[in-house]
Amino acid sequence: MEKIGRFGEFGGQYVPETVMNAVHELEAAYNKYGNDPEFLEEYRELLRKYAGRPSMLYYADRMTKDLGGCKVYIKREDLNHTGSHKINNVLGQILLAKKMGKKRIIAETGAGQHGVATATACAMFDLECEVYMGTEDMRRQKLNVYRMELLGAKVTGVDSGTGTLKDAINEAMRDWATNIETTFYLIGSVMGPHPYPMMVRDFQKVIGEEAKKQLMETEGKLPECVIACVGGGSNAMGMFYDFIPDKTVRLIGAEAAGKGIDTKLHAATVAKGTMGIFHGMKSYFLQNDEGQIAPVYSISAGLDYPGIGPEHANLYKTGRAEYMPITDEEAVQALEYLSKTEGIIPAIESAHAVAAALKIAPQMKSDEIMIINLSGRGDKDMQQIAEYRGVNIDD
Amino acid sequence: MTENRIDKKLKECSENNRKALITFITSGDNGYETTEKAVLEMVKNGADLIELGVPFSDPIAEGPVIQSASERSLKSGTTLVGIFDMVRRLREKTDMPLLLMMYLNTIYRFGTERFFGLCQECGIDGVIVPDMPYEEKDEIQSYADKYGIHNISLVTPASENRIQMIAEEATGFLYCVSTNGVTGVRNEYSTDFDAFFKPIKKYAKVPCAVGFGISGPESAKKMSRYCDGVIVGSAIVRIVEQYGTNSPEKIGEFVKQLRNGLDK
Repeated sequence: MEKIGRFGEFGGQYVPETVMNAVHELEAAYNKYGNDPEFLEEYRELLRKYAGRPSMLYYADRMTKDLGGCKVYIKREDLNHTGSHKINNVLGQILLAKKMGKKRIIAETGAGQHGVATATACAMFDLECEVYMGTEDMRRQKLNVYRMELLGAKVTGVDSGTGTLKDAINEAMRDWATNIETTFYLIGSVMGPHPYPMMVRDFQKVIGEEAKKQLMETEGKLPECVIACVGGGSNAMGMFYDFIPDKTVRLIGAEAAGKGIDTKLHAATVAKGTMGIFHGMKSYFLQNDEGQIAPVYSISAGLDYPGIGPEHANLYKTGRAEYMPITDEEAVQALEYLSKTEGIIPAIESAHAVAAALKIAPQMKSDEIMIINLSGRGDKDMQQIAEYRGVNIDD
Repeated sequence: MTENRIDKKLKECSENNRKALITFITSGDNGYETTEKAVLEMVKNGADLIELGVPFSDPIAEGPVIQSASERSLKSGTTLVGIFDMVRRLREKTDMPLLLMMYLNTIYRFGTERFFGLCQECGIDGVIVPDMPYEEKDEIQSYADKYGIHNISLVTPASENRIQMIAEEATGFLYCVSTNGVTGVRNEYSTDFDAFFKPIKKYAKVPCAVGFGISGPESAKKMSRYCDGVIVGSAIVRIVEQYGTNSPEKIGEFVKQLRNGLDK
């Protein structure tokens, strides 16, 4: 029998005893409200009136012609309020936290997009907010740190380990265990203990549902391929989920290959990871033979994570989805390409999906269709991209 | 199968009206030799059970003191196999019950059966896995049982309605976490201990030991009145942090103070 909260052999609830009741309480609340028409209507109204959904499905005409393969559509999650898909999940969980009577929200953030979305919703709902962020990520994403503070959140730097997303999650989990009575942990990706992977996916699945409907309206058919970048994997799960039963649709995740998967500097969990149990879940992780979690690297703070959500692990294991490593250089080139070709500056995370599309689209036929999930906008990354290209924009 | 050393020792404690003193040290912090010497000092000065921490890259249940110790230990090259070798050497010198406190991924990655087989072979008597709750204990329980190793259960003030289920199945001893949160010395507790220990006493069939936050002889004595033993970790690890390879004797002195405090 499959245990609760599993995707095949992946998932589970591997967390300290102190947080088990909180996890069960969340599970019960989500079971109650997740299918409650009133709750869902409240959630959808927030998506419409606050986040600005539905997001556009944009036909990338110049890119299509330039690549000379399939038709390319772009799902514009970058146009959501706060600039990424993260707001979809945050609004859902905040609403749940409100129903549960929680007064304090904590979150982890990598690139800062989830932190900004959380700080935004906490401001709107008048909730106390503390965001944990690795100090290396704070350096890379100064602008988002300032945004969060402006929104009234407390940003707490985490210096341990590599000072990145994994370490921020460790510290958020420690805070959660310490303040379990008052605090709601708003996890930003399809990871962690059950019910988070399922719940976050449910709050993100609107992406794929909308895209499918929008494409049906304009093209009258399903796409042949959908592409999304994968760190923990929330935007990808959101895009993939509604297409999983449509077996003709290729599901492709773009993961961060950093300086290359044959170097030590990457975060390509599917390409190079092994099974493990960490951060509440059984999944694939980058780790050594002793089970020590590896320090990972990517130019993209949002993909700089040594694991992957358990549902992705299962999609990979069962062959339903493919995962493609994309290097820093390929991602930066794709960011520049999309900016110059379509006038859209993608987040460096999303640029990994664009890079995968640049490889795949030319091999597809002209009557075939691809959808790229553009998970976020690139304003936050300009400093770093300039730095990468050796341009000084500080003065 | 011979009687598990933990059961034997805790029975002796109970028969002698002695509060069990359980001490923790991060293995390989300042080298295996420092840990070995410290363990023998603890034995000599009145500890009853010893927890050997297995360092992990991401110890989410630990406060800053044990986090730093894990980091120091890993940097100096500590491995699980190295810790097993250390346990073999210790077993030539002491019959003290020894437990490993570690994270689940270390066991899983090593190979669960191979791990418990080695525990038995080297003389480990129990494991404490803070990131494996009751619901997931199937992950290791059958192997722990097969090799006669206790899988120590934990309850915390947040366990509430879960205490019965956990306490009834606990073997070896029940680890009662004094306060919600991570390991580390505390100046005060917000837990209502009478209320916390009432269901624990009712349902536990094994001795209960309280840990997290105990800083010295006074707090050890104070906490010991609620249960059968106390667990001291971060306060000892801090001595290693301060005195490095010279810490074993200092640890011995500290353990003696704890013992005297408990026996007062």
